[in-house]
Amino acid sequence: MTTATSASGSAATATLNNEEVLRYSRHLIMPEVGMEGQLKLKAAKVLCIGAGGLGSPLALYLAAAGVGTLGMVDFDVVDYSNLQRQILHHTPDVGRKKLDSAGDKLLAMNPFLHLKKYDTMLTSANALDLFKEYDIVADGTDNFATRYLVNDACVLSGKPNVYASIFRFEGQASVFGTKDGPCYRCLYPEPPPPGLVPSCAEGGVLGILPGLLGVIQATEVIKLILNGETKDSLIGRLLLVDAFAMKFRELKLRKNSECPVCGTHPTVTGLIDYNEFCGIRGEEKPMSALVGGMPEMEVTELKRRVDAKEDLFVLDVREPHEYQICNLHGHLIPLGEIEKRAGELDPAREMVVHCKAGVRSAKAIAALQQLGFTGKLHNLKGGIMAWADQVDPTMPKY
Amino acid sequence: MSQIKVQIPTPLRQYSDKKDSVEVEATTVGEAMKAITTAHPDLRRHLYTDEGKLRAFVNLYLNEEDIRYMQKEATEVKDGDTLYIVPSIAGGRG
Repeated sequence: MTTATSASGSAATATLNNEEVLRYSRHLIMPEVGMEGQLKLKAAKVLCIGAGGLGSPLALYLAAAGVGTLGMVDFDVVDYSNLQRQILHHTPDVGRKKLDSAGDKLLAMNPFLHLKKYDTMLTSANALDLFKEYDIVADGTDNFATRYLVNDACVLSGKPNVYASIFRFEGQASVFGTKDGPCYRCLYPEPPPPGLVPSCAEGGVLGILPGLLGVIQATEVIKLILNGETKDSLIGRLLLVDAFAMKFRELKLRKNSECPVCGTHPTVTGLIDYNEFCGIRGEEKPMSALVGGMPEMEVTELKRRVDAKEDLFVLDVREPHEYQICNLHGHLIPLGEIEKRAGELDPAREMVVHCKAGVRSAKAIAALQQLGFTGKLHNLKGGIMAWADQVDPTMPKY
Repeated sequence: MSQIKVQIPTPLRQYSDKKDSVEVEATTVGEAMKAITTAHPDLRRHLYTDEGKLRAFVNLYLNEEDIRYMQKEATEVKDGDTLYIVPSIAGGRG
């Protein structure tokens, strides 16, 4: 009950001015919030990790609802491809720091907000110090290493972790790391090996999905502030959301007594190296480890050889819907079908294999080599996006 | 034998011929998983380690219960049950 106590503790000293009373009047007249609840919101300190897809609706609603102090951690810059879902950021913000863009919108929406911006990557070195200042942490990150870092830091510092994650049109949400509830590691003791579960950048995401899940997170944050850790919270429940079927399913979560971080005999008693835990050693490692020892071809070299009409087979291992966006007239076999459809290819022919950025094509080459292909197989460095950058600027990027 | 539904999560549908669920006949969770990975061999590689152990980032729920807290893969199934395969996903910020 750390949250409720600390929030209501300082709530005793907070007051609302007339402007705030009017602003929050629809809260003040409902008994479930009322003046007492609104003062708890004002006294509450919430740390939002990430100012992207989930962080956008989450921060907007928390700011609007009157959460007094909001911390935001992000080091990224707004990209054009973010605008389809990251509603904190508008077209003129492309190229700006996400935190600056977010700060403008949040303070314009609610000037009473006390906003703290942390322009940094959350790491094992800074997480515990950062979390110390807050009552609740909301995890809106996008990779497994940070997910486990947030979880462990929350458990170690006794802060609830309001969790959501998304893939394409499906999402998961829960509240982890409360005193008696399960943590993320109780649910998933280990992350998947790198490359096995595609990210949003690889797999795509329905633009409204982070909206749905981020609003669920905001709801859980507000409930923790108002009511503390009650049975109505998502503690001990994993909510699965399927936006296309519009189905909400609920699974029971249990605290695992053998959990390495929140179990009865924890073995993780401090923050560890989460990149190593997730099998990542250095930022670009998953790709370079895969590509290591594999012949690569520059897009400019491919252009030269195509123009010279040299005998070179172009294999595209992306999905058909990506082929429709742009292509190099290559033969299309999606990575997932490569083993099944390898018969369509001449195993002795020299081939350049490409995807969007070079990771899937490296996997495809490894698979073809396993199948005994003897022709030289080149991985197109940087994929078709490098072609769009360096050879054909009229080609759309995605 | 009972007739049950196995629900395939989005990230794994590329290995199940794009199907979101598959009906199988089985008496236990383990048999149901065997039936589905026999019908869709690519699923096996993503769900199980080379030693045949269910991967640690995949959980199986019979209806709403985690089978780790039931009889694991020996958990009996009955007609109309749904077995959910729930892998961890991480997206959100980018």
